[in-house]
Amino acid sequence: MTIEFTKQQQQLSLTIKGNIESFDDESLKLSLLEAVQKHKFQTVSVNAEGLEKWDSTLVVVLYELEKECRRKKISVTYQNIPTNLSRLIELAFMVDRKPSKSQEDSLPFLEAVGNFGISLWQSINKGLDFISDSLSSIGRWFTAKAIMRKVDFLFALQDCSYKAVGIVSLVSFMVGLILAFVGAVQLKTFGAQVYVASLVAIGMTRIMGAIMVGIIMAGRTGASYAATIGTMQVNEEVDALKTMGIPVTDFLVLPRIMALTLAIPFLVILADFMGILGGGFVGVLMLDIPYQEYYRYTKDALDMTNFLVGLFHGLVFGVVISLCGCYFGVNCGRNADSVGKATTQAVVTAIVWMIVMTGIITLIFEVLGI
Amino acid sequence: MMKTQTQISVRGLTVAYGDFVLFNKIDFDINKGDVFIIMGASGCGKSSLLRVLTGLVPAASGKVVIDGVDFTSASEQERNLLMQKCGILYQGGALFSSMTLAENIAMPLKQYTNYSDKLISELVSLKLSLVGLTGFEDFYPSEISGGMKKRAGLARALALDPEIVYFDEPSAGLDPISSKMLDDLILDINQSLGTTIVVVTHELASIFAIGNNSIFLDGNTKNILGRGDPKELLKNPPNEEIYKFLTRGAEKKNA
Repeated sequence: MTIEFTKQQQQLSLTIKGNIESFDDESLKLSLLEAVQKHKFQTVSVNAEGLEKWDSTLVVVLYELEKECRRKKISVTYQNIPTNLSRLIELAFMVDRKPSKSQEDSLPFLEAVGNFGISLWQSINKGLDFISDSLSSIGRWFTAKAIMRKVDFLFALQDCSYKAVGIVSLVSFMVGLILAFVGAVQLKTFGAQVYVASLVAIGMTRIMGAIMVGIIMAGRTGASYAATIGTMQVNEEVDALKTMGIPVTDFLVLPRIMALTLAIPFLVILADFMGILGGGFVGVLMLDIPYQEYYRYTKDALDMTNFLVGLFHGLVFGVVISLCGCYFGVNCGRNADSVGKATTQAVVTAIVWMIVMTGIITLIFEVLGI
Repeated sequence: MMKTQTQISVRGLTVAYGDFVLFNKIDFDINKGDVFIIMGASGCGKSSLLRVLTGLVPAASGKVVIDGVDFTSASEQERNLLMQKCGILYQGGALFSSMTLAENIAMPLKQYTNYSDKLISELVSLKLSLVGLTGFEDFYPSEISGGMKKRAGLARALALDPEIVYFDEPSAGLDPISSKMLDDLILDINQSLGTTIVVVTHELASIFAIGNNSIFLDGNTKNILGRGDPKELLKNPPNEEIYKFLTRGAEKKNA
């Protein structure tokens, strides 16, 4: 295979022979283009007599050559060139549109800070609007005006209740177990390892049970809400709802908030029980505390206030997780990438807000002496 | 007269999802350089047939032979080699949303060739120019229109100079002008590169504008009801169904 060129006074002649497939000779292309740029040719003549096989790599050479010639207003003539090859070069120049993307320049510092502030304010507003829409939906539900399908609620409830029992039980059991181990190491130095039972019972019922359920449900159900609604957004199902005049919060958000808020307290009760069981496993089998003793200390440590505080945390977490999942789903972009981002944001934001809410609730209960 | 050479040969092909049979033992040939239309009413299984032809769905029984190699029973390696000869344009373009158009088109080139980065970038520019998208290299799919996405998808399908290009409903969702432009482009690609084109569609305008061979699939009989040049099928319809389909539901006048 050969591509050769010769320079005459006002003409550059290019001859192409043999098989020109997978042609990747960068130096030849560069010297060819350089020749066109440096010399004042009037014509470039391309002769393809003897060309046998060719592919896109030859088209690239001729396309780049003709582009340069057009820029320098040099005429190009083709001889013995296969018809389909010349058609292809023609086709490459038949552009019907030019891009109109403006280059984004880097902004001055103050403008960037200002833009950040504005976008932060806008996202806070958007979030508050969403919460207010969701509250309106709940209000409409109480007055039986919300357009919500019972079956959606039941499906959501099924998904976030008994289907989550296995994972919640396992994780809570392990957390109780770890709590007992960690506590025992410290309490042993005071010879007070029997208080492991109290530590686990109070710890699990007051906060740990709720937090563990919250984290599991944020990763499991919150992510699923964002992904499901996000995919509906990509498939224009959310648009269809809007154009039918059905409030998105009624149809998609309300059943999910109700289902998760209803299911989480039961899961918290389960988590409390499994955590205490995990603690008991360590206490009785590994720390040699008699099981009657462990049971008595656990029973003494349990009180209704701690238990209800845990349930209250669970309720709040249910609302936070479902709101975050649905918010990021509804505000998802229209491509596959956006669904992934929405899912991640839903989980991360839900966990952050759960921690923030725990802090606020703890502070309020501290002030109230609960 | 030019000798025709069979490029894709389908023999006794049965397509089924579980117990539900879409087609039962169908046969047809696609010649090299054809613009072959797979047509039929909505839901008759045209896209499923395309998925079998491209290896996305296994055939229940029968053979798809591409260039003499049985695609249905080929090993993974043989299939990959055969698929390098094929380009596919999906309904929505199926561009990867996290990549620019240039990155989308460069992907098969990086996967299957040892070309330098410079040559790949030149090839990407050429392919984009061929589909009328010069200068759109740095755009993301979300920044361009539906018609442009299809053309960019076509540029990606053409990246490896395929011998066969499959199109799944190329005109779907396009305005008449964009649809005509895409039809012209398909013909240009077919004539310039000699590429065999297989198009799944029910758009009559496109069928008559580009097709020179076709099959008509029928969901009720689960078989092929007619075959040949769509314009000939319109002139001499072999049955009522094909006549109705090609005339948008007109009743056939008795001779």
